[in-house]
Amino acid sequence: MGQIELKQVTKSFGDVQVIPPLDLTIHDGEFTVFVGPSGCGKSTLLRLIAGLEDITSGHIEIDGIDATDLVPAKRGLAMVFQSYALYPHMSVRNNIAFPLKMAKMDNAEIDKRVNAAADVLNLADYIDRRPGQLSGGQRQRVAIGRAIVREPSAFLFDEPLSNLDAALRVGMRMEISELHAKLGTTMVYVTHDQVEAMTMADKIVVLQAGVIEQVGSPLELYRAPRNTFVAGFIGSPKMNLLTGDEAAKHDAHTIGFRPEHIDVVESGGQWQGTVGVAEHLGSDTFFHIHNTGVAKILTVRAIGDVSLKHGDTIHLTPRASEMHRFDAEGLRIV
Amino acid sequence: MATKASRSAARLMMAPAVILLLGWMLVPLIMTLWFSFRTYLPLRGGDKGWTGFDNYVRFVTSSSFWPAVQTTLIIVVGVLIITVVLGILLAMLLDQPMWGQGIVRILVIAPFFVMPTVSALVWKNMFMDPVNGLFAHLWRLFGAEPVSWLSDAAMPSLIMIVSWQWLPFATLILLTAFQSLDSEQLEAAEMDGAPFAKRFFYIVLPHLSRAITIVILIQTIFLLAIFAEIFVTTGGAFGTRTLSYLIFQRVLESQNIGLGSAGGVYAIILANIVAIFLMRIVGKNLDH
Repeated sequence: MGQIELKQVTKSFGDVQVIPPLDLTIHDGEFTVFVGPSGCGKSTLLRLIAGLEDITSGHIEIDGIDATDLVPAKRGLAMVFQSYALYPHMSVRNNIAFPLKMAKMDNAEIDKRVNAAADVLNLADYIDRRPGQLSGGQRQRVAIGRAIVREPSAFLFDEPLSNLDAALRVGMRMEISELHAKLGTTMVYVTHDQVEAMTMADKIVVLQAGVIEQVGSPLELYRAPRNTFVAGFIGSPKMNLLTGDEAAKHDAHTIGFRPEHIDVVESGGQWQGTVGVAEHLGSDTFFHIHNTGVAKILTVRAIGDVSLKHGDTIHLTPRASEMHRFDAEGLRIV
Repeated sequence: MATKASRSAARLMMAPAVILLLGWMLVPLIMTLWFSFRTYLPLRGGDKGWTGFDNYVRFVTSSSFWPAVQTTLIIVVGVLIITVVLGILLAMLLDQPMWGQGIVRILVIAPFFVMPTVSALVWKNMFMDPVNGLFAHLWRLFGAEPVSWLSDAAMPSLIMIVSWQWLPFATLILLTAFQSLDSEQLEAAEMDGAPFAKRFFYIVLPHLSRAITIVILIQTIFLLAIFAEIFVTTGGAFGTRTLSYLIFQRVLESQNIGLGSAGGVYAIILANIVAIFLMRIVGKNLDH
């Protein structure tokens, strides 16, 4: 079990309210990702759930029990920190066994659980080393191992991959997703990287300045962003947002097209412009286009290798069916 | 220092400093060794020639030798325990965010800037004087008989004075160690179910171990040689005669330079034994 409910939770540091009243339900077994730009309160929210920060008002319920005033250790949650927070003077084995020793479990049971965790995470080869002798990816695994052995009702991850290099990050992303499939335990994951959010989440919570902008599955957020912030934040490269006359034609304050929803045509397109930077990824090419008259820069995806150079004129046709419309407040027009 | 030319130039440049330091150390050392094998009584006939190991034998067989060694060790160990334990507690307090942190930290460090002679005199006359000292007034306030600190409880008083001087040093080093502790480690331990005391013993103390060893090492070197505090308070009486004070008495009060020099050589040996012993512990602790 691992259902977490936040009811009218707020958090203030001094006079500054970083989290205005917020409601959120995380269902049992769900992989929930908090995503948002830095300083949006996503880590604070995670720390509130963990109990490392006291909430200013409201209630937190874990599995239906009011956990608002429970100390972190009693909440049955395990956390993986950004810095891994391994204990440097203990071997990997002792690091993993630490929470079990604190729970005064008997040694046979501790050994059994540590070995099981080591098997799941392939830690066996370096179980007697110290954290200082491990690589970033290995430390990350140890930190996860330390969380697993407690058999918590939910895992909390605080930007766990941000200290790893790009290749390792992709690998660990898969491993964490695998682990979630294997354990079926609730996971709450904080990241500023929308790619991580899109690839791992069952449910994404987009936050800005402590406010939940939208909650939904990755594809819901991609297909129907509730406002311009979510539209701009989810998806890579960013959605093209156009204002002014072009939007007025469609009875909207802002309209948006994703780069993949603007087609490059030979001639006679709806818009034309000059090619700026071209990013050739092999499978796709992204063009940054200037002087279109509708926006300062448009980003457009062309499939495969398209031989357009810097300064060439390009003709574009947006797909009207994929248009997102937003009103003056930035909210989606249905 | 990559090329041959720059390396030899560097050696040439460093030579004066190295030679000066070596001379500074070697000349007194050799003179001490030389005098320790001679009967040298400045007021009773001067240098009377070679005596072999007589001075060495006399120094150790003297009834004051072993008590002096014992006194030295008691002071060193006593001050170390007090400064490390109180240093950890004070550092923990100072690590908390509070109003006026900068000023409080400077005040805590202040005793370290007071010269040993001055601080010992202040303690002797202002605090421990049995008639006019603050302690005497305090005792009388509660109707108790004032304690003659420096005669009735000479060793504890001396340890207290020296601890007061060295506590800032320990606090300062330990405070920096506290500040380098990753707070996420403590939070992780908190989530792992470790209460405050266990967090302290399993996480904080191991983190401080390196700083503690450094405090112990540096303090031991200086504490083995404390002199001014004893000189201005008890003058070596009431069981406060340390090895260094004994040597001083042999040379200046008994006017026996040969005997004092032999004591000096013993002190060098003792200090080196302690140093080797400590270096091993430090080496072990600094590895990880």
